[in-house]
Amino acid sequence: MSQLIVLEQLSKYFGAFTAVDSIDLTVPKGQVLGLLGPNGAGKSTTMKMIAGFLEPSSGRAEIAGFDVSQSPVEVKRRLGYMPEGAPSYGDMTPGSFLNFIAEIRRFSGSEKKRRIDETVEKVRLSEVFHQQIDTLSKGYKRRVGLAQAIIHNPEVLVLDEPTDGLDPNQKHHVRGLIEEMAKDKAIIISTHILEEVEAVCTRAVIINQGKLLVDGTPEELLERDPHHRAVVVTVLGDSGDKVREALSALGLIESVVGRLDQIRLIGSNSKDVSRMIREKELPVEEVYIEWGKLDNIFRQITAPREAIDA
Amino acid sequence: MHNIYIIAKREFQAYFATPVAYVFLVIFLAMTGSFAFFLGGFFSRGQADLVSFFSYHPWLYLALIPAISMRLWAEERNSGTIELLMTLPISTTEAVVGKFLAAWAFTAIALALPFPMWVTVNVLGNPDNGVIIASYIGSFFMAGAFLSIGACLSAGTKSQVIAFIMAATVCFLFTMSGLDLVLNFFRVWAPDVLVETIASFSFLTHFQAVTNGVIDLRDAIFFLSLIAFWLFANVIVVDMKKSA
Repeated sequence: MSQLIVLEQLSKYFGAFTAVDSIDLTVPKGQVLGLLGPNGAGKSTTMKMIAGFLEPSSGRAEIAGFDVSQSPVEVKRRLGYMPEGAPSYGDMTPGSFLNFIAEIRRFSGSEKKRRIDETVEKVRLSEVFHQQIDTLSKGYKRRVGLAQAIIHNPEVLVLDEPTDGLDPNQKHHVRGLIEEMAKDKAIIISTHILEEVEAVCTRAVIINQGKLLVDGTPEELLERDPHHRAVVVTVLGDSGDKVREALSALGLIESVVGRLDQIRLIGSNSKDVSRMIREKELPVEEVYIEWGKLDNIFRQITAPREAIDA
Repeated sequence: MHNIYIIAKREFQAYFATPVAYVFLVIFLAMTGSFAFFLGGFFSRGQADLVSFFSYHPWLYLALIPAISMRLWAEERNSGTIELLMTLPISTTEAVVGKFLAAWAFTAIALALPFPMWVTVNVLGNPDNGVIIASYIGSFFMAGAFLSIGACLSAGTKSQVIAFIMAATVCFLFTMSGLDLVLNFFRVWAPDVLVETIASFSFLTHFQAVTNGVIDLRDAIFFLSLIAFWLFANVIVVDMKKSA
Protein backbone atom coordinates (compact mmCIF):
# COMPACT_ATOMS: atom_id res chain seq x y z
CA MET A 1 0.00 0.00 0.00
CA SER A 2 1.32 3.40 -0.92
CA GLN A 3 1.46 5.98 1.83
CA LEU A 4 -0.48 9.05 0.73
CA ILE A 5 0.20 11.08 3.87
CA VAL A 6 3.62 11.00 5.52
CA LEU A 7 4.44 13.19 8.51
CA GLU A 8 7.99 13.13 9.85
CA GLN A 9 8.83 14.78 13.15
CA LEU A 10 6.30 17.46 12.31
CA SER A 11 6.40 20.30 14.84
CA LYS A 12 4.92 23.75 15.21
CA TYR A 13 5.89 26.34 17.78
CA PHE A 14 4.08 29.61 18.39
CA GLY A 15 6.73 31.56 20.26
CA ALA A 16 7.52 29.55 23.36
CA PHE A 17 4.34 27.50 23.02
CA THR A 18 4.64 24.09 21.39
CA ALA A 19 1.41 23.41 19.52
CA VAL A 20 2.54 20.26 17.72
CA ASP A 21 5.43 18.22 19.02
CA SER A 22 7.36 15.89 16.67
CA ILE A 23 4.47 13.94 15.21
CA ASP A 24 5.26 10.92 13.03
CA LEU A 25 2.36 9.51 11.10
CA THR A 26 1.66 7.73 7.82
CA VAL A 27 -1.73 7.16 6.27
CA PRO A 28 -2.10 4.75 3.33
CA LYS A 29 -4.80 4.74 0.69
CA GLY A 30 -8.06 3.30 1.94
CA GLN A 31 -7.64 4.42 5.50
CA VAL A 32 -9.87 6.81 7.44
CA LEU A 33 -7.85 8.21 10.29
CA GLY A 34 -9.64 9.83 13.21
CA LEU A 35 -7.62 12.53 14.91
CA LEU A 36 -8.80 12.75 18.51
CA GLY A 37 -7.85 15.07 21.28
CA PRO A 38 -9.20 17.70 23.63
CA ASN A 39 -9.61 21.30 22.47
CA GLY A 40 -6.23 22.93 21.92
CA ALA A 41 -4.44 19.59 21.59
CA GLY A 42 -2.96 20.51 18.23
CA LYS A 43 -5.42 18.74 15.92
CA SER A 44 -6.26 21.77 13.81
CA THR A 45 -2.66 23.00 13.73
CA THR A 46 -1.55 19.59 12.44
CA MET A 47 -4.22 19.68 9.76
CA LYS A 48 -3.30 23.23 8.76
CA MET A 49 0.29 22.12 8.23
CA ILE A 50 -0.81 19.14 6.14
CA ALA A 51 -2.96 21.43 4.02
CA GLY A 52 -0.11 23.90 3.58
CA PHE A 53 -1.78 26.81 5.35
CA LEU A 54 0.84 26.87 8.10
CA GLU A 55 4.55 26.31 7.60
CA PRO A 56 5.96 23.64 9.95
CA SER A 57 8.56 24.94 12.43
CA SER A 58 10.50 21.72 11.92
CA GLY A 59 9.97 18.33 10.36
CA ARG A 60 8.14 17.72 7.13
CA ALA A 61 4.85 16.66 5.62
CA GLU A 62 4.46 14.79 2.36
CA ILE A 63 1.22 14.36 0.43
CA ALA A 64 1.00 11.86 -2.44
CA GLY A 65 4.78 12.00 -2.81
CA PHE A 66 5.08 15.81 -2.81
CA ASP A 67 6.64 17.82 -0.01
CA VAL A 68 4.17 20.38 1.34
CA SER A 69 6.77 23.14 1.73
CA GLN A 70 8.70 22.43 -1.48
CA SER A 71 5.85 21.97 -3.95
CA PRO A 72 2.78 23.47 -2.29
CA VAL A 73 0.72 23.83 -5.46
CA GLU A 74 1.23 20.17 -6.46
CA VAL A 75 0.11 19.14 -2.98
CA LYS A 76 -2.94 21.41 -3.02
CA ARG A 77 -4.06 19.98 -6.36
CA ARG A 78 -4.23 16.51 -4.80
CA LEU A 79 -5.74 17.54 -1.53
CA GLY A 80 -9.23 18.44 -0.41
CA TYR A 81 -9.29 20.43 2.79
CA MET A 82 -12.17 21.63 4.89
CA PRO A 83 -10.90 24.10 7.51
CA GLU A 84 -12.38 24.27 10.98
CA GLY A 85 -15.82 25.87 10.87
CA ALA A 86 -16.05 25.29 7.11
CA PRO A 87 -15.54 28.93 6.07
CA SER A 88 -16.90 30.03 2.71
CA TYR A 89 -17.67 33.34 1.04
CA GLY A 90 -20.94 34.42 2.65
CA ASP A 91 -21.95 36.81 -0.11
CA MET A 92 -21.89 34.04 -2.73
CA THR A 93 -24.42 31.28 -3.37
CA PRO A 94 -23.38 27.61 -3.17
CA GLY A 95 -23.70 27.64 -6.95
CA SER A 96 -21.36 30.56 -7.61
CA PHE A 97 -19.00 29.45 -4.85
CA LEU A 98 -18.62 25.92 -6.25
CA ASN A 99 -18.25 27.40 -9.71
CA PHE A 100 -15.35 29.50 -8.42
CA ILE A 101 -13.72 26.48 -6.75
CA ALA A 102 -14.20 24.34 -9.88
CA GLU A 103 -12.62 27.04 -12.07
CA ILE A 104 -9.64 27.42 -9.74
CA ARG A 105 -9.30 23.64 -9.90
CA ARG A 106 -9.18 24.00 -13.68
CA PHE A 107 -12.41 22.41 -14.72
CA SER A 108 -14.32 24.02 -17.53
CA GLY A 109 -17.30 23.51 -19.80
CA SER A 110 -19.34 20.35 -19.42
CA GLU A 111 -16.77 18.75 -17.11
CA LYS A 112 -17.17 21.66 -14.70
CA LYS A 113 -20.94 21.42 -14.82
CA ARG A 114 -20.84 17.65 -14.28
CA ARG A 115 -18.54 17.99 -11.26
CA ILE A 116 -20.68 20.68 -9.66
CA ASP A 117 -23.91 18.75 -10.27
CA GLU A 118 -22.43 15.54 -8.90
CA THR A 119 -21.03 17.18 -5.80
CA VAL A 120 -24.22 19.09 -5.09
CA GLU A 121 -26.14 15.85 -5.36
CA LYS A 122 -23.68 14.02 -3.10
CA VAL A 123 -23.83 16.53 -0.27
CA ARG A 124 -27.52 17.39 -0.91
CA LEU A 125 -27.29 21.08 -1.59
CA SER A 126 -29.65 21.36 -4.54
CA GLU A 127 -32.54 23.06 -2.72
CA VAL A 128 -30.31 25.95 -1.58
CA PHE A 129 -28.17 26.11 -4.72
CA HIS A 130 -29.17 29.71 -5.47
CA GLN A 131 -29.49 31.01 -1.94
CA GLN A 132 -26.87 33.29 -0.40
CA ILE A 133 -24.52 31.27 1.86
CA ASP A 134 -24.83 33.82 4.70
CA THR A 135 -28.51 32.99 5.00
CA LEU A 136 -28.04 29.20 5.17
CA SER A 137 -28.30 27.06 8.30
CA LYS A 138 -25.18 25.73 9.97
CA GLY A 139 -25.76 22.29 8.50
CA TYR A 140 -25.93 23.62 4.96
CA LYS A 141 -22.85 25.79 5.45
CA ARG A 142 -20.95 22.74 6.62
CA ARG A 143 -22.06 20.88 3.50
CA VAL A 144 -20.92 23.74 1.28
CA GLY A 145 -17.50 23.42 2.92
CA LEU A 146 -17.52 19.69 2.34
CA ALA A 147 -18.59 20.09 -1.30
CA GLN A 148 -15.69 22.47 -1.89
CA ALA A 149 -13.26 19.87 -0.51
CA ILE A 150 -14.44 16.93 -2.63
CA ILE A 151 -15.37 18.56 -5.94
CA HIS A 152 -12.04 17.54 -7.57
CA ASN A 153 -12.12 13.98 -6.18
CA PRO A 154 -8.79 14.38 -4.38
CA GLU A 155 -6.49 11.54 -3.35
CA VAL A 156 -6.17 12.98 0.13
CA LEU A 157 -9.00 14.45 2.15
CA VAL A 158 -8.44 16.42 5.35
CA LEU A 159 -11.63 17.39 7.18
CA ASP A 160 -11.53 19.41 10.36
CA GLU A 161 -14.62 18.48 12.39
CA PRO A 162 -16.80 17.56 9.41
CA THR A 163 -19.96 16.80 11.40
CA ASP A 164 -19.77 19.57 13.98
CA GLY A 165 -23.13 21.35 14.16
CA LEU A 166 -25.04 18.79 12.11
CA ASP A 167 -28.21 17.09 13.31
CA PRO A 168 -28.20 13.28 13.72
CA ASN A 169 -29.61 12.65 10.24
CA GLN A 170 -27.06 14.91 8.62
CA LYS A 171 -24.26 13.34 10.64
CA HIS A 172 -25.32 9.92 9.48
CA HIS A 173 -25.36 11.12 5.89
CA VAL A 174 -21.92 12.73 6.07
CA ARG A 175 -20.45 9.62 7.69
CA GLY A 176 -21.92 7.51 4.92
CA LEU A 177 -20.34 9.86 2.41
CA ILE A 178 -16.92 9.53 4.06
CA GLU A 179 -17.19 5.74 4.12
CA GLU A 180 -18.18 5.73 0.47
CA MET A 181 -15.14 7.81 -0.52
CA ALA A 182 -12.75 5.93 1.76
CA LYS A 183 -11.71 3.10 -0.52
CA ASP A 184 -9.63 5.10 -2.97
CA LYS A 185 -8.47 7.95 -0.73
CA ALA A 186 -6.54 8.63 2.42
CA ILE A 187 -8.80 10.57 4.76
CA ILE A 188 -8.04 12.37 8.00
CA ILE A 189 -10.90 13.68 10.08
CA SER A 190 -10.62 15.43 13.40
CA THR A 191 -13.39 15.17 15.90
CA HIS A 192 -14.19 15.07 19.53
CA ILE A 193 -17.35 13.10 18.97
CA LEU A 194 -16.07 9.68 19.91
CA GLU A 195 -18.93 7.66 18.48
CA GLU A 196 -17.88 9.06 15.13
CA VAL A 197 -14.54 7.31 15.39
CA GLU A 198 -16.27 3.99 15.91
CA ALA A 199 -18.67 4.75 13.10
CA VAL A 200 -16.29 5.75 10.29
CA CYS A 201 -12.63 5.47 11.23
CA THR A 202 -10.44 2.47 10.49
CA ARG A 203 -7.75 3.93 12.70
CA ALA A 204 -7.68 6.38 15.56
CA VAL A 205 -4.94 8.56 16.93
CA ILE A 206 -5.16 10.49 20.17
CA ILE A 207 -3.04 13.60 20.55
CA ASN A 208 -2.72 15.80 23.58
CA GLN A 209 -0.54 18.86 24.15
CA GLY A 210 0.87 18.37 20.67
CA LYS A 211 2.10 14.85 21.25
CA LEU A 212 0.84 11.69 19.62
CA LEU A 213 -0.13 9.43 22.49
CA VAL A 214 -2.11 6.51 21.11
CA ASP A 215 -2.33 4.98 17.66
CA GLY A 216 -4.49 1.99 16.81
CA THR A 217 -7.75 0.68 15.42
CA PRO A 218 -10.88 1.75 17.30
CA GLU A 219 -11.08 -1.84 18.65
CA GLU A 220 -7.54 -1.65 19.98
CA LEU A 221 -8.45 1.59 21.67
CA LEU A 222 -11.48 -0.02 23.27
CA GLU A 223 -9.24 -2.76 24.68
CA ARG A 224 -7.60 -0.08 26.77
CA ASP A 225 -10.78 0.47 28.71
CA PRO A 226 -10.57 -1.86 31.74
CA HIS A 227 -14.34 -2.26 31.49
CA HIS A 228 -14.12 -3.59 27.95
CA ARG A 229 -15.68 -7.08 27.83
CA ALA A 230 -16.42 -7.03 31.55
CA VAL A 231 -19.42 -9.12 32.57
CA VAL A 232 -22.20 -7.19 34.23
CA VAL A 233 -24.70 -9.10 36.33
CA THR A 234 -28.01 -7.67 37.47
CA VAL A 235 -28.98 -9.22 40.78
CA LEU A 236 -32.58 -10.01 41.78
CA GLY A 237 -33.83 -8.47 45.00
CA ASP A 238 -31.35 -7.83 47.77
CA SER A 239 -29.23 -10.97 47.42
CA GLY A 240 -26.28 -8.96 46.22
CA ASP A 241 -23.85 -10.20 48.86
CA LYS A 242 -24.52 -13.82 48.07
CA VAL A 243 -23.92 -13.35 44.36
CA ARG A 244 -20.87 -11.24 45.02
CA GLU A 245 -19.33 -13.98 47.16
CA ALA A 246 -20.05 -16.72 44.66
CA LEU A 247 -18.62 -14.81 41.70
CA SER A 248 -15.55 -13.36 43.38
CA ALA A 249 -13.59 -16.48 42.49
CA LEU A 250 -13.96 -15.67 38.79
CA GLY A 251 -12.47 -12.22 38.69
CA LEU A 252 -12.26 -8.76 40.14
CA ILE A 253 -15.60 -7.51 41.41
CA GLU A 254 -16.59 -3.90 41.10
CA SER A 255 -19.87 -2.21 41.78
CA VAL A 256 -21.53 -0.29 39.02
CA VAL A 257 -21.85 3.40 39.72
CA GLY A 258 -25.46 4.41 40.21
CA ARG A 259 -26.86 0.87 40.22
CA LEU A 260 -27.06 -0.94 43.55
CA ASP A 261 -28.29 -4.18 42.02
CA GLN A 262 -25.53 -4.55 39.42
CA ILE A 263 -22.14 -6.17 39.76
CA ARG A 264 -19.32 -5.81 37.28
CA LEU A 265 -16.84 -8.66 36.91
CA ILE A 266 -13.54 -7.74 35.33
CA GLY A 267 -11.22 -10.35 33.91
CA SER A 268 -13.68 -13.21 33.61
CA ASN A 269 -15.59 -14.53 30.67
CA SER A 270 -19.31 -14.82 30.28
CA LYS A 271 -19.35 -18.61 29.89
CA ASP A 272 -17.78 -19.17 33.30
CA VAL A 273 -20.12 -16.67 34.86
CA SER A 274 -23.28 -18.20 33.41
CA ARG A 275 -22.11 -21.70 34.36
CA MET A 276 -21.55 -20.53 37.93
CA ILE A 277 -24.97 -18.90 38.01
CA ARG A 278 -26.60 -22.10 36.82
CA GLU A 279 -24.64 -24.37 39.15
CA LYS A 280 -25.24 -22.31 42.26
CA GLU A 281 -28.72 -21.19 41.17
CA LEU A 282 -27.90 -17.58 41.88
CA PRO A 283 -30.80 -15.09 41.87
CA VAL A 284 -29.77 -13.19 38.77
CA GLU A 285 -32.03 -11.26 36.41
CA GLU A 286 -29.69 -10.47 33.54
CA VAL A 287 -26.11 -11.00 32.38
CA TYR A 288 -24.50 -8.92 29.67
CA ILE A 289 -21.05 -8.13 28.33
CA GLU A 290 -20.04 -4.52 28.69
CA TRP A 291 -18.42 -2.76 25.76
CA GLY A 292 -15.51 -0.38 26.30
CA LYS A 293 -16.26 3.30 25.97
CA LEU A 294 -13.98 5.55 23.99
CA ASP A 295 -15.01 8.32 26.35
CA ASN A 296 -13.32 6.54 29.23
CA ILE A 297 -10.13 5.93 27.30
CA PHE A 298 -10.13 9.47 26.02
CA ARG A 299 -10.44 10.84 29.57
CA GLN A 300 -7.89 8.40 30.90
CA ILE A 301 -5.32 9.49 28.32
CA THR A 302 -5.94 13.18 27.96
CA ALA A 303 -7.36 14.43 31.26
CA PRO A 304 -5.09 16.16 33.74
CA ARG A 305 -3.99 13.90 36.62
CA GLU A 306 -6.35 15.22 39.31
CA ALA A 307 -9.36 14.64 37.11
CA ILE A 308 -8.65 10.91 36.80
CA ASP A 309 -8.22 10.39 40.50
CA ALA A 310 -11.45 12.18 41.25
CA MET B 1 -2.71 33.92 -15.60
CA HIS B 2 -5.72 31.63 -15.38
CA ASN B 3 -5.66 31.69 -11.58
CA ILE B 4 -5.20 35.46 -11.43
CA TYR B 5 -8.19 35.91 -13.70
CA ILE B 6 -10.42 33.58 -11.63
CA ILE B 7 -9.42 35.25 -8.36
CA ALA B 8 -9.93 38.73 -9.82
CA LYS B 9 -13.32 37.75 -11.23
CA ARG B 10 -14.57 36.44 -7.88
CA GLU B 11 -13.22 39.45 -6.04
CA PHE B 12 -14.75 41.87 -8.53
CA GLN B 13 -18.16 40.21 -8.27
CA ALA B 14 -17.86 40.37 -4.48
CA TYR B 15 -17.91 44.18 -4.69
CA PHE B 16 -21.28 44.05 -6.37
CA ALA B 17 -22.72 41.27 -4.20
CA THR B 18 -23.68 43.86 -1.59
CA PRO B 19 -24.94 47.45 -1.96
CA VAL B 20 -21.49 48.71 -0.91
CA ALA B 21 -20.30 49.00 -4.50
CA TYR B 22 -23.27 51.11 -5.58
CA VAL B 23 -23.08 53.33 -2.52
CA PHE B 24 -19.41 53.85 -3.21
CA LEU B 25 -19.93 54.67 -6.87
CA VAL B 26 -22.66 57.19 -6.09
CA ILE B 27 -20.56 58.90 -3.42
CA PHE B 28 -17.53 58.99 -5.69
CA LEU B 29 -19.60 60.49 -8.46
CA ALA B 30 -21.18 63.08 -6.17
CA MET B 31 -17.86 64.07 -4.65
CA THR B 32 -15.87 64.36 -7.88
CA GLY B 33 -18.71 66.46 -9.22
CA SER B 34 -19.06 68.78 -6.27
CA PHE B 35 -15.30 69.21 -5.89
CA ALA B 36 -14.96 70.10 -9.55
CA PHE B 37 -17.89 72.52 -9.59
CA PHE B 38 -17.73 74.20 -6.19
CA LEU B 39 -14.09 74.04 -5.15
CA GLY B 40 -12.56 73.89 -8.59
CA GLY B 41 -14.89 76.40 -10.21
CA PHE B 42 -15.51 74.24 -13.27
CA PHE B 43 -17.65 76.89 -15.00
CA SER B 44 -16.34 80.10 -13.48
CA ARG B 45 -12.80 79.36 -14.63
CA GLY B 46 -14.08 79.86 -18.11
CA GLN B 47 -11.65 77.34 -19.57
CA ALA B 48 -12.45 74.23 -21.54
CA ASP B 49 -10.38 71.76 -19.60
CA LEU B 50 -10.77 69.24 -16.80
CA VAL B 51 -8.05 70.57 -14.49
CA SER B 52 -10.64 71.42 -11.84
CA PHE B 53 -11.89 67.84 -12.07
CA PHE B 54 -8.53 66.07 -11.84
CA SER B 55 -6.75 68.29 -9.35
CA TYR B 56 -8.88 67.05 -6.49
CA HIS B 57 -8.39 63.37 -7.24
CA PRO B 58 -5.46 62.82 -4.84
CA TRP B 59 -7.58 64.20 -1.98
CA LEU B 60 -10.60 62.14 -2.93
CA TYR B 61 -8.52 59.00 -3.23
CA LEU B 62 -7.11 59.60 0.21
CA ALA B 63 -10.53 58.96 1.72
CA LEU B 64 -12.13 56.67 -0.83
CA ILE B 65 -9.41 54.26 -2.00
CA PRO B 66 -8.69 52.85 1.47
CA ALA B 67 -12.42 52.07 1.63
CA ILE B 68 -12.03 49.85 -1.44
CA SER B 69 -8.81 48.20 -0.37
CA MET B 70 -9.58 47.63 3.31
CA ARG B 71 -11.68 44.53 2.79
CA LEU B 72 -9.31 42.76 0.39
CA TRP B 73 -7.43 40.73 3.01
CA ALA B 74 -8.80 41.83 6.37
CA GLU B 75 -12.20 40.35 5.57
CA GLU B 76 -10.69 37.01 4.52
CA ARG B 77 -8.74 36.91 7.73
CA ASN B 78 -11.73 37.83 9.83
CA SER B 79 -14.10 35.28 8.31
CA GLY B 80 -11.48 32.52 8.09
CA THR B 81 -11.84 32.19 4.32
CA ILE B 82 -8.14 32.99 4.00
CA GLU B 83 -7.51 29.41 5.08
CA LEU B 84 -9.66 28.25 2.21
CA LEU B 85 -8.08 30.61 -0.31
CA MET B 86 -4.50 29.78 0.65
CA THR B 87 -5.10 26.03 0.49
CA LEU B 88 -6.38 26.21 -3.08
CA PRO B 89 -3.81 25.31 -5.73
CA ILE B 90 -2.69 28.88 -6.35
CA SER B 91 0.44 30.80 -5.39
CA THR B 92 0.39 33.72 -2.97
CA THR B 93 1.47 36.04 -5.78
CA GLU B 94 -1.50 35.00 -7.91
CA ALA B 95 -3.88 35.70 -5.04
CA VAL B 96 -2.29 39.09 -4.33
CA VAL B 97 -2.27 40.21 -7.96
CA GLY B 98 -5.79 38.88 -8.60
CA LYS B 99 -7.24 40.77 -5.67
CA PHE B 100 -5.40 43.95 -6.59
CA LEU B 101 -6.57 43.83 -10.21
CA ALA B 102 -10.18 43.38 -9.10
CA ALA B 103 -9.95 46.46 -6.90
CA TRP B 104 -8.21 48.38 -9.66
CA ALA B 105 -10.90 47.44 -12.17
CA PHE B 106 -13.51 48.63 -9.73
CA THR B 107 -11.82 52.05 -9.43
CA ALA B 108 -11.67 52.15 -13.22
CA ILE B 109 -15.47 51.99 -13.25
CA ALA B 110 -15.70 54.72 -10.65
CA LEU B 111 -13.28 56.84 -12.67
CA ALA B 112 -15.19 56.30 -15.90
CA LEU B 113 -18.58 57.34 -14.52
CA PRO B 114 -18.05 61.13 -14.50
CA PHE B 115 -17.47 60.99 -18.29
CA PRO B 116 -20.32 63.46 -18.98
CA MET B 117 -17.95 66.18 -17.78
CA TRP B 118 -15.58 65.30 -20.57
CA VAL B 119 -18.46 65.45 -23.02
CA THR B 120 -19.51 68.81 -21.56
CA VAL B 121 -16.15 70.51 -22.05
CA ASN B 122 -16.05 69.21 -25.59
CA VAL B 123 -19.47 70.68 -26.25
CA LEU B 124 -18.61 74.01 -24.64
CA GLY B 125 -15.18 74.50 -26.09
CA ASN B 126 -12.09 72.97 -27.63
CA PRO B 127 -10.17 71.23 -24.85
CA ASP B 128 -6.83 69.50 -25.33
CA ASN B 129 -8.12 65.94 -25.31
CA GLY B 130 -4.57 64.60 -25.22
CA VAL B 131 -4.04 66.20 -21.84
CA ILE B 132 -7.37 64.85 -20.62
CA ILE B 133 -6.51 61.31 -21.70
CA ALA B 134 -3.09 61.63 -20.07
CA SER B 135 -4.74 62.89 -16.89
CA TYR B 136 -7.16 60.01 -16.90
CA ILE B 137 -4.31 57.53 -17.24
CA GLY B 138 -2.31 59.34 -14.58
CA SER B 139 -5.26 59.34 -12.21
CA PHE B 140 -5.84 55.64 -12.85
CA PHE B 141 -2.18 54.81 -12.11
CA MET B 142 -2.24 56.92 -8.99
CA ALA B 143 -5.36 55.07 -7.83
CA GLY B 144 -3.44 51.82 -8.41
CA ALA B 145 -0.60 53.04 -6.20
CA PHE B 146 -3.05 54.01 -3.45
CA LEU B 147 -4.74 50.61 -3.78
CA SER B 148 -1.51 48.62 -3.58
CA ILE B 149 -0.63 50.41 -0.35
CA GLY B 150 -4.11 49.70 1.03
CA ALA B 151 -4.03 46.04 -0.06
CA CYS B 152 -0.69 45.42 1.60
CA LEU B 153 -1.76 47.03 4.87
CA SER B 154 -5.05 45.16 4.79
CA ALA B 155 -3.13 41.86 4.79
CA GLY B 156 -1.66 42.65 8.18
CA THR B 157 -4.88 42.85 10.13
CA LYS B 158 -8.23 41.20 10.81
CA SER B 159 -9.96 44.52 11.25
CA GLN B 160 -11.17 46.50 8.27
CA VAL B 161 -11.25 49.67 10.38
CA ILE B 162 -7.56 49.36 11.22
CA ALA B 163 -6.81 48.56 7.57
CA PHE B 164 -8.67 51.72 6.52
CA ILE B 165 -6.93 54.02 8.98
CA MET B 166 -3.47 52.64 8.28
CA ALA B 167 -3.97 52.92 4.53
CA ALA B 168 -5.31 56.47 4.79
CA THR B 169 -2.35 57.52 6.93
CA VAL B 170 0.33 56.01 4.69
CA CYS B 171 -1.38 57.36 1.57
CA PHE B 172 -1.54 60.79 3.19
CA LEU B 173 2.22 60.74 3.79
CA PHE B 174 2.87 59.72 0.21
CA THR B 175 0.58 62.41 -1.13
CA MET B 176 2.02 65.17 1.01
CA SER B 177 5.68 64.24 0.89
CA GLY B 178 6.38 66.88 -1.77
CA LEU B 179 4.92 69.74 0.26
CA ASP B 180 6.77 71.96 2.67
CA LEU B 181 4.55 70.74 5.48
CA VAL B 182 6.41 67.45 5.40
CA LEU B 183 9.70 68.54 3.88
CA ASN B 184 10.46 71.31 6.40
CA PHE B 185 10.48 68.69 9.08
CA PHE B 186 13.34 66.94 7.32
CA ARG B 187 15.17 70.02 5.97
CA VAL B 188 16.30 71.01 9.44
CA TRP B 189 18.50 67.99 9.95
CA ALA B 190 18.52 65.69 6.94
CA PRO B 191 20.98 65.97 4.05
CA ASP B 192 19.61 67.39 0.82
CA VAL B 193 19.75 63.99 -0.87
CA LEU B 194 17.30 62.54 1.61
CA VAL B 195 14.97 65.52 1.35
CA GLU B 196 15.04 65.24 -2.42
CA THR B 197 14.32 61.53 -2.20
CA ILE B 198 11.35 62.06 0.07
CA ALA B 199 10.06 64.83 -2.15
CA SER B 200 10.39 62.58 -5.18
CA PHE B 201 7.92 60.14 -3.63
CA SER B 202 5.16 62.71 -3.67
CA PHE B 203 2.05 61.57 -5.48
CA LEU B 204 1.00 65.17 -5.80
CA THR B 205 4.12 66.25 -7.66
CA HIS B 206 3.97 63.32 -10.07
CA PHE B 207 0.26 63.66 -10.63
CA GLN B 208 0.37 67.42 -11.17
CA ALA B 209 3.07 66.93 -13.78
CA VAL B 210 0.72 64.62 -15.67
CA THR B 211 -2.39 66.82 -15.38
CA ASN B 212 -0.43 69.83 -16.58
CA GLY B 213 0.06 68.01 -19.83
CA VAL B 214 3.67 67.07 -19.28
CA ILE B 215 3.56 63.45 -20.25
CA ASP B 216 6.72 61.95 -18.89
CA LEU B 217 7.40 58.24 -18.93
CA ARG B 218 9.13 58.63 -15.58
CA ASP B 219 5.85 59.48 -13.87
CA ALA B 220 4.24 56.33 -15.19
CA ILE B 221 7.26 54.29 -14.16
CA PHE B 222 7.09 55.89 -10.71
CA PHE B 223 3.52 54.76 -10.12
CA LEU B 224 4.05 51.32 -11.66
CA SER B 225 7.17 50.59 -9.66
CA LEU B 226 5.39 51.75 -6.52
CA ILE B 227 2.54 49.33 -7.28
CA ALA B 228 5.04 46.52 -7.86
CA PHE B 229 6.83 47.29 -4.62
CA TRP B 230 3.70 47.32 -2.46
CA LEU B 231 2.31 44.16 -4.06
CA PHE B 232 5.63 42.47 -3.40
CA ALA B 233 5.37 43.61 0.22
CA ASN B 234 1.80 42.30 0.22
CA VAL B 235 3.00 38.81 -0.78
CA ILE B 236 5.60 38.91 2.00
CA VAL B 237 3.03 39.95 4.61
CA VAL B 238 0.67 37.13 3.58
CA ASP B 239 3.49 34.56 3.60
CA MET B 240 4.81 35.83 6.90
CA LYS B 241 1.51 35.05 8.58
CA LYS B 242 1.88 31.52 7.30
CA SER B 243 5.08 30.81 9.18
CA ALA B 244 4.14 32.82 12.25
